[in-house]
Amino acid sequence: MKMKRMMCAAMAAAMTVSLAACGGSNSTAETTAAAGGAAADSAEDSGAASSDAVFVIGGSGPLTGGSALYGTAVQNGGQVAVDEINANGGINGYQVKWLFEDDEADGEKAINAYNTLKDGGMQMFVGTTTSGACMSVIAETENDNMFQITPSGTTADITKPANVYRMCFSDPAQGTKSAQYIAENGVAQKVGVIYDNSDTYSSGIYENFVKEAQNQGLEVVGAESFNSESKTDFKTQLQKLKDAGAELVFLPFYYTEASLVLKQADEMGWAPKFFGCDGMDGILDLPDFDTSLAEGLMLLTPFSADAEDELTQNFVAAYEEAYGETPIQFAADAYDCLYVIKAAAEAADITPDMEISDMCEAMKTAMTEVTLDGLTGQGISFDENGEPNKAPKAVVIENGAYKSLE
Amino acid sequence: MKIKNKTFRQNAITYAMVLLFYLICQGLIMSGNMSSLMKGLMVPICYYVILAVSLNLVVGISGELSLGHAGFMCIGAYSSAIFAVCVDGKIPEMAELLLALVIGAAVTAVFGFLIGIPVLRLRGDYLAIVTLAFGEIIKNVVNAVYVGVDENGLHFSMKDSLSLGLSENGIEIINGAQGISGLPRTATFTTGIILVFITLFIVLNLVNSRQGRAIMAIRDNRIAAESIGLSVSKYKMMAFVISAALAGVAGVLYSHNLSTLQATSKNFGYNQSIMILVFVVLGGIGNIRGSVIAAFILTILPEKLRFLSDYRMLIYAIVLITMMLFNSAPKAIAWRKSIKERFFSGKKAEAGKEAQ
Repeated sequence: MKMKRMMCAAMAAAMTVSLAACGGSNSTAETTAAAGGAAADSAEDSGAASSDAVFVIGGSGPLTGGSALYGTAVQNGGQVAVDEINANGGINGYQVKWLFEDDEADGEKAINAYNTLKDGGMQMFVGTTTSGACMSVIAETENDNMFQITPSGTTADITKPANVYRMCFSDPAQGTKSAQYIAENGVAQKVGVIYDNSDTYSSGIYENFVKEAQNQGLEVVGAESFNSESKTDFKTQLQKLKDAGAELVFLPFYYTEASLVLKQADEMGWAPKFFGCDGMDGILDLPDFDTSLAEGLMLLTPFSADAEDELTQNFVAAYEEAYGETPIQFAADAYDCLYVIKAAAEAADITPDMEISDMCEAMKTAMTEVTLDGLTGQGISFDENGEPNKAPKAVVIENGAYKSLE
Repeated sequence: MKIKNKTFRQNAITYAMVLLFYLICQGLIMSGNMSSLMKGLMVPICYYVILAVSLNLVVGISGELSLGHAGFMCIGAYSSAIFAVCVDGKIPEMAELLLALVIGAAVTAVFGFLIGIPVLRLRGDYLAIVTLAFGEIIKNVVNAVYVGVDENGLHFSMKDSLSLGLSENGIEIINGAQGISGLPRTATFTTGIILVFITLFIVLNLVNSRQGRAIMAIRDNRIAAESIGLSVSKYKMMAFVISAALAGVAGVLYSHNLSTLQATSKNFGYNQSIMILVFVVLGGIGNIRGSVIAAFILTILPEKLRFLSDYRMLIYAIVLITMMLFNSAPKAIAWRKSIKERFFSGKKAEAGKEAQ
């Protein structure tokens, strides 16, 4: 009896200590931040811009679990950009610190990751990588009035709060633009769709694609779905679309599943045209995938690592050197996010000692004024809703490489 | 008489522990000494504690291995979220939360009853398999359902949101895999703690009541219990339905803590069910206070290990295994006993010093 009570007391004591420790570490972080701010002030007074004060930019994405690939790409792409920015003198003369936390692509964990970043002194947020997690975090950032730009959260409602911007195309934009492209270029008349109904990205694009296809006079002959638990066998779906006479199959999902679709269609001896979205980017780098199957596959993508321009080449070289792999579009989106922040921060002339909320207000005004020639598009600008204006690039795969379509 | 005093004292310690935790945390929040991370974790701690305690009722007290607890949580979360979206802005926040709790608990209890009818005919592994399947079914069904509302009433579809046929000013309530968005975030730490207290009150009182002793008698020896006239299905059902309803309450708290609700394998899948079972096993099967402490520790731990970055999940698993061994391995128990004996045989003053 006594022992139990002792144990209990010990437990309670341990809890108290751990809680007090969190409180303690937080307050020290605050004091150092305050001290940093003071140092910045005095440094400015003496005329030297460089000091201990830094911009702390945080990001989050899945670093563990099934979609860890995307989170890691955002983390690394952001790191490449931050290293470059710091080497070139930082933002407004201040160095940039890049923090990144694992959110496991889950709404609840994403809030924990966001709060951890806040405890680390984050002033601006690049995240989250996945749409579902992003939907729950926007409520937090709106509450704190923290400037947020998501590199790759595509769900339409993400940019609803005034403080949230987006670097990639939204689901409606991708679905609509795909349908427009197919209709305007006369790629096909009878279209079939396969989509992942357990994924917000995929079902979001699908719905908007179908809506726009009807406007454009395309005939959607069939829409077949699969879900995250049955994503290895697509023969049933393909057979149904084949029987319905589809000339083109629209595949709004990620390249791992798409590679199976292409393979199984080939095994069936059916060769319609295939059309994908930005999630298709990366299919050529998939291990053990016969790239000849992807011949003639069209996709809308903002970024291709094979592009000839100097910016892309430098980025790919830096990324490959640091991480030993070819960057995917998520890395490019994160890279552009950091540069947009740099551009807007310089236009708004913000400093690290500003309040987070004031910083956000200044950034909001500046965001609509800046344009960026980035990896994912030329002359990217933002409207007041937080959506990017950039031209979608359509590419076709020929001889195992992307070729731009006009 | 003495036994009654003992259980009373044990329960009082559990309540006091939760109260102390609440007062300390509230103090830290008020004085602004708590980090954002910990503040954000307060409500999750509450619903994980409720989940652990309620599952312990089935696993520990009733002796049935249920692996579908996240499914009940999902039902509670979705039913209350639909309600919240429908009445959003029409009634005061507190009333909304209260009604949502009642609705979430009631709907989940009904489901618990319906599922309990076939499931409780099974025993052991079979029951575990069926409840596991149930949890997965619930998750997949809510992912495939589209519900919308407009002036013509509710619309329902299993295909996509286009086939709902909503009019201009209709709103989508459940949008398939995209879930429910725009939920009110009304759950607070205080409401969470009150619900923890209610849960503890219900479970601890049930365990020490006539019904609770009947449930435990059935667990320990079904034939003997039947022979003295206890209705096996009635008492098992009682534990199962109460446990489900409490999991539903946790679900309500979950849905009112996030602005969006999506059913993924992370939050309502079998991973979550196993996670809740881990709370129960770590805290000790049948030990309610243990469940509370284990749920608390295992919710905090992965967040506190963030400084390990890439190795976080690896270390988390190792810590978990170590804790399990420390708690339940026979050698560890013997070792702990010998330490305790040495600890208590020494002088009180020395013990005091060591504790410091």
